[in-house]
Parts: sequence; structure tokens; C-alpha cells
Amino acid sequence: MAWTKKVMRVNLTEGTISEEPLNMEWANQYLGQRGLATRYLVEEIDPKCDPLGPENKMIMTTGPLTGTMASTGGRYSVVTKGPLTGAIACSNSGGFMGNEIKNAGWDMIIFEGKSPKPVYLYVENEKAELLPADDLWGKSVWEADEMIHKKHQDPLIRIAVVGRAAETGCLYAGIINDLHRAAGRSGVGTVMASKNLKAVAVRGTRGVGNIKDPAAFIKATNEGKKVLSENAVTGEGLPALGTQVLMNVINEVGAMPTRNMRDVQFEGSSRISGEAMKEPRPGDGRPNLTTNAACFGCTIACGRISTIDQGHFTVENKPEYWGASGGLEYEAAWALGSDCGVDDLDALTYANFLCNEDGYDPISFGSTLAAAMEMYEMGVITKEHTHGVDFSFGSAEALAKAAEWVSKGEGFGKDLALGSKRLCEKYGHPELSMTVKGLEFPAYDPRGIQGMGLAYATSNRGACHLRGYTVASEILGIPEKTDPLVTEGKADLVKAFQDATAAVDSTGLCVFTTFAWTLEDISPQVDAACEGDWSVEKMLEVGERIWNMERDFNMAAGLTGKDDYLPKRLLKDAAKTGPATGKVNNLGEMLPRYYEVRGWTTDGVPTRETRERLGLNPDGIGV
Amino acid sequence: MLRSLQIEPEKCTGCLQCEMACSYQAEGVFNPAKSRIKIFTFHEEGRFVPYTCTQCSEAWCMHACPVEAIVINEATGAKEVRADVCVGCKVCTIACPFGTVNYDQDSKVVYKCDLCGGDPECAKACPTQAITYVDANHTGLDRMRAHAAKNLPGASASA
Repeated sequence: MAWTKKVMRVNLTEGTISEEPLNMEWANQYLGQRGLATRYLVEEIDPKCDPLGPENKMIMTTGPLTGTMASTGGRYSVVTKGPLTGAIACSNSGGFMGNEIKNAGWDMIIFEGKSPKPVYLYVENEKAELLPADDLWGKSVWEADEMIHKKHQDPLIRIAVVGRAAETGCLYAGIINDLHRAAGRSGVGTVMASKNLKAVAVRGTRGVGNIKDPAAFIKATNEGKKVLSENAVTGEGLPALGTQVLMNVINEVGAMPTRNMRDVQFEGSSRISGEAMKEPRPGDGRPNLTTNAACFGCTIACGRISTIDQGHFTVENKPEYWGASGGLEYEAAWALGSDCGVDDLDALTYANFLCNEDGYDPISFGSTLAAAMEMYEMGVITKEHTHGVDFSFGSAEALAKAAEWVSKGEGFGKDLALGSKRLCEKYGHPELSMTVKGLEFPAYDPRGIQGMGLAYATSNRGACHLRGYTVASEILGIPEKTDPLVTEGKADLVKAFQDATAAVDSTGLCVFTTFAWTLEDISPQVDAACEGDWSVEKMLEVGERIWNMERDFNMAAGLTGKDDYLPKRLLKDAAKTGPATGKVNNLGEMLPRYYEVRGWTTDGVPTRETRERLGLNPDGIGV
Repeated sequence: MLRSLQIEPEKCTGCLQCEMACSYQAEGVFNPAKSRIKIFTFHEEGRFVPYTCTQCSEAWCMHACPVEAIVINEATGAKEVRADVCVGCKVCTIACPFGTVNYDQDSKVVYKCDLCGGDPECAKACPTQAITYVDANHTGLDRMRAHAAKNLPGASASA
């Protein structure tokens, strides 16, 4: 139980909405959220379809623990085929949207086709309707959110929206809910806008029940909360400094990608760190950080709420940006900051506000801008392209302007909206794109953290830290410390992290809990809530099944083992400073062993035996 | 000794664990929409504020009720709604200056905080002690202590 066992299907082409029962056989094999929605997607779309065509589908999905008292149990995911990568895309968001969908009585919403005109979906418990969105189209996330609340005269509606970036075709647009929480990566917002779907607005008042064993569930979730509160990272570091607790740590170990990954340490890191966010500014004497904040049900509360100095050049005479809003997480601070060489904290915060206001991924945006800055320094991109703005590394003005252009899809912003891979190809320097499978890197340099190189190369949605966070082991010693500079044992480590994470992403819980929780903490919570057996072993099996199904989707979409690569820079150009000095990433030492422990061929294809063992189609997908 | 809910908004992170605990105790499901305590988010200010019934001594809701459906629980001081007596006229919802008694469309009677019979779930669920259940005669104790500490260099402001 814990599932509502109801799926809403929205056919945007026909303008029809129907209800169907959740496939419980699949729920038993894939649990929920990431896994279960991927199972639906695999069944329903041609993996070779155009990600931005009407034949692609987009699934908004909750997990069985979404909407319950389990700590962090408010997550939802968006699963679709991604426009940057042509691979499976799955993006996870917090805030208060997932729980609202669940409270309205739905496990997932499947969007198919394409609406002839802009529409938004309004859900009030059992009632759902597509309403015209002509007036919302062309509006930012923040404007649309306010307009929908006013229109329904209901401040309690939860809304997920795409902004102008998605509407104008930015390939890394996300879906923003609650003004500043995002299903941010891999372009799921671009897919939503391609369907002429502007927003999903939900009001749910039915409650989440159907807990298999309520007493055991309350006990298990209370024990879980105790572990989180007593852990140094989830109980102290994250609430105090947010994910930005990592900025100084990662810089010190020499794994801070800097200036389009030319360097592995950033001299300005202490000025854009979590600690810096708490220091009073010279301008107005107030700190950048206003408060920490929690997503639904979260007892960690790592969220950052920030305010920009009203006298800062980015917001002078722009009072609409003077209020508090979603501040810098580590990934955004890195991408907008270190990777572009910018150390102006309020400028990063401004760019981050714009990413939320118009819905695009600050990681991909920052990384793409970093590639543009490198080409500017080479003279490939000039002031003629950049409307006269100096695009040198370190330019806070360039960062602010670039964000303004991408927000509205204007001028050079159209080039930046292509993402790093296509931008670098357009300007004749594909080798400068720091991407895997077309998705931009996150904030851990794989020369200083070897296992992450393998995790990036093999991640099913492209370069991503959230698919197998071996940083936990290699840097933080969770669950046990491994040497970040060696490759030995990393293939097994990456597989273990990937499988466990796929399972966690299918529960409705937040992956940040795994700084403190292992599946030993999570499985009792799932098991008490859901019918069936949800032991650690079962969760790991489910995780491995999900991973292989995603892999098979990608194979069917036309990807091969050759797409498990890293950019040459990370394989050839050694780290120049820090503990990893002289090191490149030795992917070649890890990949064959990884294929072996995965039960894949030497070309990286799951074998018949592996598929059969996991209950997948032995011939793969679409065969 | 009577106890009161004490709310310290500056400690609240807006996680809604209290709303879930409240609704689960009262309704048997996790349903913030039916919670007797509500968290208000002031986005532009970056503040979260829990709000619920303060259990007035001379309770407007109780005096306004024409059928005496709102009664005092002498053990806890809570003003409790007798659902089997309430006729759903909603006069109490108009009388309450704070908006903390509300009508429920599903049950067709009003509902409000009853302090869970003296062991409020919201206070137990709050991960940051923004909601506590303290001696009703001394809800100002922590603030008094903090101010007292100001006159004593080096003293800790918290107990």
C-alpha cells in the first residue's frame, strides 16, 4: 500500500483526461517514482522518438512514501526522453508538489501528445481539467505562479511551471515548483513546453493513508529521523550551510572544476562558500543567507533562502529582486561561480534567481557559459557575438547578462540555450564541451575523485553526480572511506552506489538522506508502508533492475558503449594543483571491470543472462 | 499544571511535519489540508510561521456556539469541539478573531486544536523545537532568560 493505486492519463492532443489503476505487478518490481515511471515510459514510447515531438511522453511521478511523515517524503520525479542527450531523462524535485499530487489521490500523471494551444492542468482531488494558458504563455515562472493562484482564488494550490527559457527552446530548461524548487536537470522542462503544457496546478485534500502497518511505520520513520538528527552532515552541516558545506571541502581535495574544468581548484571558493553566505556584506551589513528552509516533511532543512544587497549592480533599481528567494546550492554556486571563475556571491545569487524565475538548470547553464568564456578567451567568440560584453572568465557582468538573455531566449542567449555540446560544435570546438552524452558535468572533478569519472561516464542520463555519488565514500568516508586517487575497487563501488540510488529515487525520499541513511535505514520505512517484501536485498535488486532497464532504453535509443566516455581534457590534461596534481582520470582502468560486475558484454550491453536474472526482456527493449 | 503550545517562528523551517502529525492523530491520514496547526510561508521575507488556537480563557468560539458544542477540557484547558453536538452553523468560525476554528466540508462540523488531550503531536513531531508544550504560566520564561542573560556577560542565553 502507500500507493494511491491511481494513474491519471492526460492526452494533450485530444484534450482528454482518464483514470486507470496503477500496475501493481510493476509496482512490486519497480517500487515507484523513478523506477516505476521508467517502466511505464519503456512500455509506451519508441526509444528512438524525437524527445521534443508529440510521440514522447512525460510522466510526473511520486513514490510510495511521498506525502507521508517519513523524513523528506515529499519528492516527485519527471521521467521522459531527454532533449540534450537523447537518453532517458529523470529529474527529481522537492518543495511541496509531490505531496500535493499524492494528497489529491494520484501516484502519477502521464502526459502524452501535444496540445494544439497552450494549456495548464488543474487538479482538485478527483477532478482534473485542462484550462487555456494563452495568458500564461510568455510569462515567467514567478508571474505564472501568481496568476494561477489569483485565478483560482486559492493560495493553497501547489504549482509546477515552465518559464520562458523552456518556451523559447532552451535545451536544459527545468520544471519549477513552489517558485524555487526544480526538476532541474536534463531538459524535462523543454519537453513539457514542447507539449504546450505551461503548468500543473494541484490542490489535494484527501490525505495519504493506506499504510500497511501504521505502528511499525511511525516507529521506523521516527528511528530514521533520529539517525538524521544525530548525524554530523544531516544534523549539523546541511542545516547550517546547506549543500554549500561542500564548497571548501571539495576545493581543498583538488576536485573543484574551475574555468571550464581547466583547473581543479578555485582561488575564490571561500568567497562563494556556505560560510561566506553567512558573513555580513560590506554593502548593507547583512548576510546573503536569510534562512534555511525545508522541503515537505524534511527534518534536515538544507534549503537556502537568500537576499541580494539592494545596492548590488545586478539588482540596482530592480525591486522585484529585493525580496528573499531560493539561494545557492553547492551545484549552482560551483557552476555559476568556480566554473566561470566568478567569485561575486550576490552575482551568483542573482543568476540563480533568474534560473528559478524562468526555469533552467544552473549547472548546465553555468557549464555552457564556461565553455563560451573559454572560446571567448581564444578569440572564437567575440564581442560581436556577446553584444559588446566582455566574456572573460571571472566576469560577473557576463554572468548576469548571459542569465538575462537565456531567461528570455534573446540574442547570444539563444546560443547559450543550446547547452555546452551544441554550442561548442557550433563554434568548431567540440573538445571544449565538458559533457557526457550531452549533459554538462556537475561539481566534482574526476581527476581528483577517480570513481566519479566512471560514475559520470556510465550515468544513464549523462554526466550527473546524483546517479552514483561515490564522493560520499571517496571524500566523506560514507559508508566507508576509499582513496579518491586510485581506481582499484571503484567499478564495484560505482555499481553499488548506482543501484542503491536508483532504489532511493523510487521511494519518494530525498537522496540527501543517504549522507546518513543506508538502505538499512530506508528499507524498514518502505516495508512498513508498502505491501510486499521490501528488504534491503529486494531494494538492491529493484535498483539494479531499474539501472539495467534505463541502460536498455538508452541502447534502444541508439546509444552504445562508446557513449561511456569522458572529455579528453579529463583523460589527458593532468590536474595542476592540489592533492591530485599530475593526475588524469583513468577511466580505461575502471570501465572493463564495471561492465564485468554489471554483467554486460565488453561492449557495454546487458547480457541475456543479466536481463533474465533481473526479470527484464532478455532481448532488450524494442526488440 | 496546565501547559500551552509555545511557538517560536524563528526556529521553524516550514517542513510541515507538525501538520502531518496533527492530521494523522485526528484523521488517521497524513493530510496537511486537515491540520489544526498551519505553517505560513512568507516567501519574500524568508520566514515560516506556525499558527494555531491559543485556547483563550474566555473563548469567543465557545461563547458564540448556540448549541454548546464547544466545551472546556478541565484537565488540559483546551476548548474542544463535540462533533456529535456541533450542527455546523459556523458561527464560531466567525467569532474567532484568529481564524483557528474552521469548518470541514467532509464531516460537516467544525474542527480546531484540542491539544491532543494533553500530549500534542505537533510539538512531538517538530524537528527544530519551534513548537513546544510548556508551563502555561511561564510561556515567556525562555525570553525572560535571554534578556536576563544580556545583563550577565558570558552567560548562555538558553537553559
